[in-house]
Amino acid sequence: MRRVVITGMGIWSCLGDNLTEVKNSLYEGKSGIVVDPERKDWGYRSLLTGKVNTPELKGKLDRRARIQLSQEAEYAYMSTIEALTNAKMEQSWIDQNEVGIMFGNDSSAKAVMEAIDILRAKKDTTLIGSGSIFQSMNCTVTMNLSTIFKLKGINFTVSAACASGSHSIGMAYLMIKWGLQDHIICGGAQEVNPFAFGNFDGLSAFSIRHDEPTKASRPFDRDRDGLIPSGGAATVILEDYESAVKRGAPILAEITGYGFSSNGDHISNSSPEGQERALRMALKDAGIEPSEIDYINAHATSTPNGDKAEASAIDKVFGECKPLVSSTKSMTGHECWMAGASEIVYSMLMMQHDFVAPNINFENPDEESAKLNIAAKTVDKKITTFLSNSFGFGGTNSTLIIKKI
Amino acid sequence: MTKEDIIEKVNAFLIEEFEVEAEKIVAEANMRETLDLDSLDYVDLVVVIESTFGFKVAGEDFTAISSFQDFYDYCDQKVNKKDSA
Repeated sequence: MRRVVITGMGIWSCLGDNLTEVKNSLYEGKSGIVVDPERKDWGYRSLLTGKVNTPELKGKLDRRARIQLSQEAEYAYMSTIEALTNAKMEQSWIDQNEVGIMFGNDSSAKAVMEAIDILRAKKDTTLIGSGSIFQSMNCTVTMNLSTIFKLKGINFTVSAACASGSHSIGMAYLMIKWGLQDHIICGGAQEVNPFAFGNFDGLSAFSIRHDEPTKASRPFDRDRDGLIPSGGAATVILEDYESAVKRGAPILAEITGYGFSSNGDHISNSSPEGQERALRMALKDAGIEPSEIDYINAHATSTPNGDKAEASAIDKVFGECKPLVSSTKSMTGHECWMAGASEIVYSMLMMQHDFVAPNINFENPDEESAKLNIAAKTVDKKITTFLSNSFGFGGTNSTLIIKKI
Repeated sequence: MTKEDIIEKVNAFLIEEFEVEAEKIVAEANMRETLDLDSLDYVDLVVVIESTFGFKVAGEDFTAISSFQDFYDYCDQKVNKKDSA
C-alpha cells in the first residue's frame, strides 16, 4: 500500500481568511461567533452564526466563472488557491498531470432559494439565468473548481452531513493509498446565510445565548444550550508520498488512519458505540495504540446529546492514556459540511506550531466530559500524531489520524 | 424611449454584465465575437434584456442578430412596439 501525505492546505473561515490569521486566532482562543440581526426577520430562534468574510473575486476570475460559483464554492476557491500555493502546485504543472478533486458539501440552499424566488415571481425558467444550475447542486464546489483549475483526475462530491469534509479526505486517502490517483485536492465547504439552516434552527438545536455570542459555543461544558451554525471552506492537497517527493513538494504530514461506521440507529441522536467503532478502525488502520495519539480534535458541537456520546466513546477507547482533547467548534461554531476538513487544517496548524488550541468556554464538566483531559486553555505542546472526529446526521461517523513527518 | 436611450442602456448593460470595454462596442462589429458569447451567455442576455426593457426575447430571435447595430435595432423595434401597443 502506498503512503499518503498532505502537501498543502488552505482555509477561509470565521477565524480568518488564511492560514496565518487562523493560526493566530486558534492560539489566542478567539471566537468567530456573532449575532446576525437579519435572522430575526426570517423567524430564526437563534440569531447566532460564525461571521465569514465574502471573498472579492472580481479581478481574480472572469464573469463566466464567477456567476457559476455558489457562496460555498467562492469560499472553496479561496481556500484552494491558498492550498495550491502552499503545496507549490502551479497551474502549468496541473495542466500536465492528472489531479483529482473530492470535496465534502451537502447543500446549496441559497442558490436554490434564489432560483425558486425568480421562478415564483416570473413564471419563466429562462429568467433564472445561466449560473444558477451550477450553483444549486451539491457538487457545486467540485464542478466549478475542476473547471477553473482544469483538473483531469477523479471529480466528485461527498455528501455525508457533518462528516462530509472528513469523509472526502478519507476517500481521497483510500484512492491514493490503493494506487488509483496520485494527487487529489480535497476538503469541505459550507454556506453561511439564513437560507441554509432555517430548518435546523427549527429543531431548537441552536444556542440562544444572544447576550454573550463569543461564549455561546461551549462544547463539553455543563451549561451549553446548543450549537452555532458556521461555515467557510478548507482545502488540503493529498498526494502519494513518492509522487510528492518526485515533484519536490513540501511534505507537511502523513495520513495514517481512516475509520468509518454507521450507527444503524436514530437519524439525529449520536451513538457512542458507532463512534467507538470508527475510532478503533482508524487506530487499526494506522497500526498504532491509543497511547500514541497526542491530541484529539473532537467533533463536539455544543449539544448535550452529541457531546456526551463522544465523550463516552473517547473515554472507552482512550480512558487510560487520556490525550489532550479540544473542540475547536468552541471558537468556530459548527462548520457542518466543512468541519471535517477545516478541523484537519486547524489541527495541522497546531502540529506545525507546537500547541493545542483551547476548548474555550469549557468551565464546568458534566459527568461524561469530566472523564476527558480537555484543554480549556491553550497548551504549548509538540504534537506528533493527532486524531480528528466527525459525525453526522444519519449516524455517519468518520475518524482520521495524521502523523508528522 | 428614443433609440439613443436604447443604445445607451444596451451598451451600459453589456459593459456591466459582460465586462466588455466600452471602446470595443462598435455598431458594425460582430456582437457574438466581440463579447465572446457562448450558449450560456445568451441565457443571461435574455435575463438582462427582460430586466432592462421588460420584454422576453425568444431564443430564435438571436439568429437574425449579428452586429451590435442589429441588436440595437431589434431592441428598438421591440421596445417601441410595446410602447405603442
